Amino acid sequence: MSPFLLLLLLLALSVAGYFIGQYKALDLAKKAGGTIHLHSRPVYYGVLTALWCCLPAFFMFLLWLGFEQSIITSLMIADLPAEARSLPPERLNVLVNDIRSLANGNIVSGEVTRQMKDAAAHYVSLQDIGKMITSIIVLFAATAGMLMVHRTIKPELRARNHVEKVVMGALVVCSTIAIFTTIGIVLSILYEAVRFFRQVPVTDFLFGLEWSPQMAIREDQVGSSGAFGAVPVFVGTVLISAIAMLVAAPIGLMSAIFLSEYADKRLRAIAKPLLEILAGVPTVVYGFFAALVVAPMIRNGGAQIGIDVSSESALAAGLVMGVMIIPFVSSLSDDVINAVPQSLRDGAYSVGATRSETIKHVLVPAALPGIVGGLLLAVSRAIGETMIVVMAAGLSANLTANPLQAVTTVTVQIVTLLVGDQEFDSPKTLAAFALGLVLFIGTLFLNIVALTVVRKYRERYE
Amino acid sequence: MPEVLKENTLEKRILAPRESRKTIGNITVPKPRMVCRNVDVYYGDKQAIRDVSIDIGRNEVLAMIGPSGCGKSTFLRCLNRMNDTIDSCRVAGEILFDGKNIYDPSVDVVPLRAQIGMVFQKPNPFPKSIYENIAWAPKIHGIVESKSDADEIVESSLQKAGLWEEVKDRLDQPGTGLSGGQQQRLCIARAIAVSPEVILMDEPCSALDPIATAKIEDLIEELRAQYTIAIVTHSMQQASRVSQRTAFFHLGDLIEVGTTETIFTKPSHQLTEDYITGRYG
Repeated sequence: MSPFLLLLLLLALSVAGYFIGQYKALDLAKKAGGTIHLHSRPVYYGVLTALWCCLPAFFMFLLWLGFEQSIITSLMIADLPAEARSLPPERLNVLVNDIRSLANGNIVSGEVTRQMKDAAAHYVSLQDIGKMITSIIVLFAATAGMLMVHRTIKPELRARNHVEKVVMGALVVCSTIAIFTTIGIVLSILYEAVRFFRQVPVTDFLFGLEWSPQMAIREDQVGSSGAFGAVPVFVGTVLISAIAMLVAAPIGLMSAIFLSEYADKRLRAIAKPLLEILAGVPTVVYGFFAALVVAPMIRNGGAQIGIDVSSESALAAGLVMGVMIIPFVSSLSDDVINAVPQSLRDGAYSVGATRSETIKHVLVPAALPGIVGGLLLAVSRAIGETMIVVMAAGLSANLTANPLQAVTTVTVQIVTLLVGDQEFDSPKTLAAFALGLVLFIGTLFLNIVALTVVRKYRERYE
Repeated sequence: MPEVLKENTLEKRILAPRESRKTIGNITVPKPRMVCRNVDVYYGDKQAIRDVSIDIGRNEVLAMIGPSGCGKSTFLRCLNRMNDTIDSCRVAGEILFDGKNIYDPSVDVVPLRAQIGMVFQKPNPFPKSIYENIAWAPKIHGIVESKSDADEIVESSLQKAGLWEEVKDRLDQPGTGLSGGQQQRLCIARAIAVSPEVILMDEPCSALDPIATAKIEDLIEELRAQYTIAIVTHSMQQASRVSQRTAFFHLGDLIEVGTTETIFTKPSHQLTEDYITGRYG
């Protein structure tokens, strides 16, 4: 029985279990004189039965999926001829892979021997047996669970409490998924980054002033020294993000204040969604807007007043990126300013405060946590943005604070390091993970700082 | 039973019928602080207040009573133009403050509200420290220049509001951390910190327990010496305890005005009689 069919059957059984459980509860209720005599509403008895039917069986199923391959493989190896089993581990591994490929009808690396064919047939038969056993176990578990609950259903069974416990468990699992994913990401980056730091010293990476991650493929190759000083890349990131925030923070905050405090309702209803469209424009589109419109404009403007501007500049990328993240600041800030209770506005107006005094001294401080949240979101968008930078700010890792020159950012470098055919053990590709790790630590640090600031200056209201 | 009959005839007053919507009683006072004439208030198309005329005298507490939705809070909020913040609200008629119509286009609402302060139904201290709650308004109006001025005004306002002794050691703590009654007195202190002439109170005790209420009522009695107070209340006991004059509103009409004693002992309108005896609302 295929796994899909098995799951479908399990689902059908659970639905049946739901109705059986509910039916029994209703039946008991009728005898006792109404559902009021049951501990829980009848639907809970149904849900409990269905849960007991599907959850244990489903776990069995997952367990089998997890161990299926290793069990079958070890059984198969045990039946291989002695000379095959005595091969060194790597060779054995290759052989096993070939046999598996053969069994699944994929391409095999070497020539197919008779032994391998036998082994593959054996593998297939083991798989079939395994599937059958799983099906039986799963269906048995489902039926057993269902019958067991069905027997325990009595008016005094606290079905609601049991169901609630299961639901709470599900909520806990869901909320931990994000945490475990983060941990997983960190660990995987960390692993690769450590490999990188074995080849390039940490201090060279963190404090080196030259970034040119070209490794010599041949000994005699010219101009591929491989310098992994990440400072220019991080300076570029900070520079572009700073320009973007200089654009987005004031414009976003002020448009939020206008929308929430000055604009009338109809205007707000139209203007706010329009502003949010900005966030929906694909970044590639922003990228060529920056490269084809803004960058030439800046260069021509610079030429007119006699300043030398490179055609790919941090300024162009930063300005367009700033426009892109305006809605993150404005929309969130607008929401939180709006959420400040009217009573605080009334209080401020009633002592004769002007609208601007009310906004500056009462509303913005009260809305500060949300505003900082919006700014943080905008910063992380700016730091993570890749497309605009590739197109408008270039790829050259200049160490400069001059916004009129071409710079590059961490994310852009990660992309360029990983695209194309790369070997995954050269420092060049591993450098991407080191960059990623530092970027991750940087944004984490930023978040912690911002949270601390907010906690310190937060003004609570009820 | 002849005795009961006799008492009834003695007490018998001729009450205006329920249908009569004209204001009964003397709406004027000598040397009024605020004069309201023919005030109509609309929320969109709906008329919330119809043709209300009443004077508010100096150093008196005017209580406004009436069943929920009768327009007394709406009327109170007209007196310092707090209704301006509601888009659909429109006010017609005249409200004179020291002889000048506050709805005149030439009037700036900011200084007006500093002169006519307000205390709200729910305490609404700013999410700032106790000190800043009081000192903020005088600062923005330029009433205080130096730190010592501000200290002084904070202390005197809290003294007047009867809160000084309770909070003098924790002026830097957030105002929202106080109890409900303390918060409300903080709001009163905040209102008097800018030396207003009139204080409007919109059911200031409705969210408070009886002890806190008693403190606020004592405070109102003290404040009367310096300020003119208009208070909206749902509690008739409170109206009779704190006010000198009482106005009874019903469905947007000012039904009856008179001294508090008269209103509560010898009302002239059937609706007033019903309301104060608890047969209505």
